[in-house]
Amino acid sequence: MIDESVVALSRLQFALTALYHFLFVPLTMGLAWMLAIMEAVYVMTGREIWKRMTQFWGVLFGINFAMGVATGVTMEFQFGTNWAYYSHYVGDIFGTPLAIEGLMAFFLEATFIGLFFFGWDRLSRVKHLVVTFVLALATNFSALWILIANAWMQNPVGSQFNLDTMRMEITSFSEVVFNPVAQSKFVHTVSAGYVIGAMFVLSISAWYLLRGRNVEFAKRSMTVAASFGLAASLSVVVLGDESGYTVSENQKMKLAAIEAMWKTEPAPASFTAFGFPDVAERKTHLAIHVPWVMGIIGTRSLDTVMPGIDQLVLDAERRIGNGIKAYRAMLALRANRDDAQARAEFEAHKGDLGYALLLKKFLDDPVQATAADIQKAADSTIPNVPVLFWSFRIMVACGFWFIALFAYSFWLSARRELDRHRWYLKAALWSLPLPWLAAELGWIVAEYGRQPWAIEGVLPTALGVSSVSVAQVATSLVGFVAFYTALAVLDAMLMLKYARKGPDGLGMWPPASAAAYH
Amino acid sequence: MFEYETLRLIWWLLLGILLIGFAIMDGFDLGVAALLRVLAREDDERRALLETIEPTWEGNQVWLILGAGAVFAAWPLLYAAAFSGFYFAMLVVLLAFIVRPVGFNFRNKIGDPRWRESWDWILTVAGLVPPLIFGVAFGNLFLGVPFRYDQTLRMSYEGGLLGLLRPFPLLVGLVCVAMLLMHGATWAAVKADESIARRAERVLRWIAPAFVLLYAAAGVWLVFGVPGYTLGPDAVVNGPSNPLAKDAGLTSSWFDGPLAAPAWGAAALAILAALAVPLLATRRAHATAFVASSLALAGTILSAGCALFPFLLPSSLDPRSSLTVYDASSSRTTLGLMLLATAIFLPLILAYTAWVYRVLRGRVTLEHIRQSHGMY
Repeated sequence: MIDESVVALSRLQFALTALYHFLFVPLTMGLAWMLAIMEAVYVMTGREIWKRMTQFWGVLFGINFAMGVATGVTMEFQFGTNWAYYSHYVGDIFGTPLAIEGLMAFFLEATFIGLFFFGWDRLSRVKHLVVTFVLALATNFSALWILIANAWMQNPVGSQFNLDTMRMEITSFSEVVFNPVAQSKFVHTVSAGYVIGAMFVLSISAWYLLRGRNVEFAKRSMTVAASFGLAASLSVVVLGDESGYTVSENQKMKLAAIEAMWKTEPAPASFTAFGFPDVAERKTHLAIHVPWVMGIIGTRSLDTVMPGIDQLVLDAERRIGNGIKAYRAMLALRANRDDAQARAEFEAHKGDLGYALLLKKFLDDPVQATAADIQKAADSTIPNVPVLFWSFRIMVACGFWFIALFAYSFWLSARRELDRHRWYLKAALWSLPLPWLAAELGWIVAEYGRQPWAIEGVLPTALGVSSVSVAQVATSLVGFVAFYTALAVLDAMLMLKYARKGPDGLGMWPPASAAAYH
Repeated sequence: MFEYETLRLIWWLLLGILLIGFAIMDGFDLGVAALLRVLAREDDERRALLETIEPTWEGNQVWLILGAGAVFAAWPLLYAAAFSGFYFAMLVVLLAFIVRPVGFNFRNKIGDPRWRESWDWILTVAGLVPPLIFGVAFGNLFLGVPFRYDQTLRMSYEGGLLGLLRPFPLLVGLVCVAMLLMHGATWAAVKADESIARRAERVLRWIAPAFVLLYAAAGVWLVFGVPGYTLGPDAVVNGPSNPLAKDAGLTSSWFDGPLAAPAWGAAALAILAALAVPLLATRRAHATAFVASSLALAGTILSAGCALFPFLLPSSLDPRSSLTVYDASSSRTTLGLMLLATAIFLPLILAYTAWVYRVLRGRVTLEHIRQSHGMY
């Protein structure tokens, strides 16, 4: 049987390293476009300050990019080191978008970023601008392919199980690429990245205005951040709703858990705005319901019923029963390839094979499962309801705050009054960590909400681990924590140092010192 | 569409090409970093030497990332077995590849000599570790690695990090270190300030012969002291990727394999090219020396790959579990798709990479470094 501690430690390590990596990636995506916009203004107007803005924010972009690259390698290695059976089981499908990401996107951005920094004196203005644009575009392509891979984990289309190779194999690449979950995830995730980029520029600029430093520089930066951030925050919320809809199509359990919707309600279901989900009693205390809203978001109709958790557990129980039949047929076929009856049985139930694998957490041979084992396995399909419930609500609250803040910033910048209210500047400064919080919570809702599955309905997470020892994973986990903490300290130190120095302290602007800069 | 067997052979070649691409492109970054303290003494010199790789190391490192990604997609069994089997070895390599990006970017951001000195040491070590570990891992392939599969194709591995550190693999590790030091020195000779280029020429005078000696010693050991693996007589080359469906066993030498002749040819290329490196460098033909060094890298990797063929990861516990070109690949559809993607994007990558190097052409002089702001 698979060692529970190896599973727990491997999951913890993956979650920590992924959440850490995801601190840097969205900032890269958002800031890259802001650099491209600033440089485009420079090329169109020829005004030096816009070039200096591009270069100054570029320095911070560079520090962040290095961290993103460094922590990204870990993610790629980790599928092999810690999730070897996962890699074997789904590499045929999952590996392809990752490899194409490298071929199409990451190579491009990593090759062009050098020219962004070292090409100012070697390229014409327009050529340099093209480099910056390609850099921004490539970071977005990167996100697209990674999210296509991730969306397949949420909604495994275009593939089927192959008995001869004991793994999932691709049947339709176009279904994998045009997975509806991938589309909505992509726009939602890149928009979140844009919000992070916009907030980064807005907050640091607000700090300069509070100190009365770099005023011209900061106001222009805030204008770019306000318009870019307003568009991005509107898009992140609207397209977040689209992602809610696609989730309800294929991950009913995740949606029910986010809503703490224990019982199936008559359509259209109400939305629980607030409450305390109680896992033991399977109900939500002090719940405040908003009628109809959930049914409309989740099904885009007034008469489609959304199943509650209790109902979904019953469904899982039925599918585990079918899965056991498929599993038994698979063993028979392994003994005798020509067993026609077993072949028919397997074909009839192979879609539920993954559900039988849920039993492997409780006993070695799913065929021997008792009714109690099946019940336990069915119950294990409920993700952590309180965590999902709260993560989702905090994320959404942040989203609405971003819309308000950027809309107000936009209004102020249109009236040229960005430096008028100190309370506004303070609000902009202190909002700095919020988009990161929202993005990390979004990751938790999407990935923790997928549990117990690594691949929804196909491969339980617990089965995906490598055959490594507890000592190995514990050592690597401690290593990562120590190493990443040290890097975080250095990164924060440099970011603060350079943000504090600012364009004036670095001699980039105003022009009197800018001459010395070159 | 190609036959399954043909696609597998093409992907075996592409695996070699990606590995060679990684060795040539990221190899000189690693070599330069490893030689940082030898080739450059003062801070200005170190900044100049580092600036020869700073604009391009990110793109170069993608060869590693693409290589791993391509193995994941085209050889999922190999990816799963090698990465989890070599758990700690991979972890150590990973730490080196995490610390390098940060080091390149952070080093110049603070002027304190202790800060810079610390990063220089870190970069030196992070330049030496990957070739050593990759070499040791490659050496272990020839001896076989202790793993086996159960009926569900779950792999179990019975050995730790220390089990990898056997004499022959350690020798191969040294071959790789010498190879990349040579390669890094040729890059420094091409791109760095004249004063640094002179030092690089002197380094090449001993490191290239040292590489040839180590490589030849490993070759002799392999011919006379290491048994090879061989496929059973009725191996299926067009069947589903299931290692347990075949028979495999031991034979007297790796040079009994089907690609022994090309392996010898590649070895000759590696030795001749490496011997040419110092001769070219001292005659100031630096760019040609870099090309020769690249050929030596390609010859070395090809000789190892051909000798192992058709094996990718032999198992010492259970030869039947060994991974070969014919039973470790992804499905025919995936191999075809990946080939199409590679055929489209690899030429593009080579084209824009070449353009970037052209834009950045010329030596990084000390004079330039003293005038520049170091804001990267």
